[in-house]
Amino acid sequence: MAAKLEDYQEVVGRDVVDELRAVAARVRHCRIQNINSTSVGGGVAEILARMIPLFLDLGVEATWDVIQGDEEFFQVTKAFHNALHGAPGQITPEMFDVYQRNTERILRETPLTGDVLLIHDPQPAGLVQRRREIGRRWVWRCHIDISTPNPLVWDFLRPLINQYDAAIFSMPDFAKRLSAPQFLVTPSIDPLSDKNRELDREFVRSVLEKGQVDPERPILTQISRFDRLKDPLGVIAAYRMVKKRRDCQLVLAGGDAPDDPEGEQVLREVREAAASDPDIHVLPLPPFSDLEINALVRGSTVVFQKSIREGFGLTVSEALWKRKPVIGGAVGGIKIQIINGVTGFLAYSPEGAAARAVQLLEDRRLREAMGENGRQHVKQNFLVTRHVKDYLLLVLALEHPDERVVEFH
Amino acid sequence: MTSPAGSNHLAPRQLPQPPFRFYTERRLVELTGRRARNLGELLEHLQEVPGSSIFYHTHHQYLSHHFETPVFHNDFAGWVLRALRLEQLAERLAAIDLLAFTSIRQLRRSIVSAIQDYLAEGGWQPQESPPGDEFHFCLSRSFVMPTGIVAGDEREFFAKLPGVTNVSLFFHFFLARLRLERPTNDFSQWLGDLGHRELAKAIDRLDPYSRTLDELKADILALGDAYLGSGDGR
Repeated sequence: MAAKLEDYQEVVGRDVVDELRAVAARVRHCRIQNINSTSVGGGVAEILARMIPLFLDLGVEATWDVIQGDEEFFQVTKAFHNALHGAPGQITPEMFDVYQRNTERILRETPLTGDVLLIHDPQPAGLVQRRREIGRRWVWRCHIDISTPNPLVWDFLRPLINQYDAAIFSMPDFAKRLSAPQFLVTPSIDPLSDKNRELDREFVRSVLEKGQVDPERPILTQISRFDRLKDPLGVIAAYRMVKKRRDCQLVLAGGDAPDDPEGEQVLREVREAAASDPDIHVLPLPPFSDLEINALVRGSTVVFQKSIREGFGLTVSEALWKRKPVIGGAVGGIKIQIINGVTGFLAYSPEGAAARAVQLLEDRRLREAMGENGRQHVKQNFLVTRHVKDYLLLVLALEHPDERVVEFH
Repeated sequence: MTSPAGSNHLAPRQLPQPPFRFYTERRLVELTGRRARNLGELLEHLQEVPGSSIFYHTHHQYLSHHFETPVFHNDFAGWVLRALRLEQLAERLAAIDLLAFTSIRQLRRSIVSAIQDYLAEGGWQPQESPPGDEFHFCLSRSFVMPTGIVAGDEREFFAKLPGVTNVSLFFHFFLARLRLERPTNDFSQWLGDLGHRELAKAIDRLDPYSRTLDELKADILALGDAYLGSGDGR
């Protein structure tokens, strides 16, 4: 159920909600239309599902449309996604044809109703080709780490991105030399969503037991899609090193996204790697398992997010919000969510991750201190209320393109 | 020349002073796409980036929440130390007195000179930042909005100051002076115009860079209490 502004006030404080109202009052004339490629699975869909009701509650008309693509299109956009992350993989000229052909169809099918069009990620990026015809303000919201992109794919996308009025990136490292202004907006979690709200202990216990996980023994957990870039095999390697020194269990849990055709293959590889160990629990979760994911994290002792590449890695903030220390790869947005040694540890190898996990398993006070810091860090920086405020300010920035200081009276 | 009927032309006319309106700043961080991997690139970009980028990298940390006090509040100093390991230059950059400048042009010149002088002295090893730790030039788009808090006179001003946020304080003290190039902070300007010149000067003498925003607010309130309590306040 959608939460109301008043509900957030209890979590973030009255100042934050008052500030949101003050900014929204200057943006109410503007309709914000979000367009992305999936309505379930993945961080983008999750954030949009929680943000839209908040915008509406603030009196700002915000909508969300999802483009339709066939399997071929999503295979191509997944290959683009990996290539933009800098991962190896073959990119062929036919892929660009598939993308363009689908874009032309999507252009015909997608109603463009917003005054500001917020286009998320590369899949619908080609919609901007209608800008010359219909005007409006166009923003490309990139959720991907494109600090070292495959040049073939980036050279294909760049002329499209240069048609936008602005681009948004999640980290300064992802910025490019573009003709349009670029803004930094970090993503966020919703403290009142099923994935993050408080749960009672009995429910947490029941979810663990349902997954055959022993609530009485230490639990290391990674929540993520079964994706090579999340390095689930690296997590298993780290767990095996920890296991030699401390008793523990490993939970690898995650859903899949309809626009990710690689997921099943990776899941097979993970199951093979885990087959011989009854303490490794591989839990592919169906859509709408947010309460179960919440419970798994709350029941964990230490959380991993050992990604090799990461757009942002909100699973880190989700765990920090639940006062869990996180061991993460030093990539993408993980670097700003994990303040090394304060809210968790950054690791560069399975060996490093294992050493930190042992340290945390042996030191309850360290876990508690880091957990408290993590909660505060997320409250200050990574909650949905801040995210909504940034998008509202973005609208003001688009309306005052040449002013660095905009004064209202 | 005739004076208005009934007016005393020997006494200065008391024009009504406008009330003090507390404003606050909301900001969006803009990315320039410029990045530096070494001192040469840092220097090159420093000379070309908008002034708002210089302001951002020398000031944004004063507004951020920190678990531990940062070694340096100045991003340039922090990066030169962390990524390039040039301790001496980092200290020199951090020691630049931000209160000594009334414009970002002057501040930029001072930072550039510090780096140029260091390069000219020689004796340092060229360093490249580790991959992933480049310096990314940002700037902020500021949206200045009224808070709705208004003070008609000095007593009301000090009565309402405790309810003013740190971001509002930051705006009136840091942003107004250096980025909007006002001669002093907004509080001192207004109180001085009201005739409270000693109090205005005393507030102007507070160094906002050596205090947290909470401490700055407490010190302004203490000055106000002492002044109004002493009978100097009208």
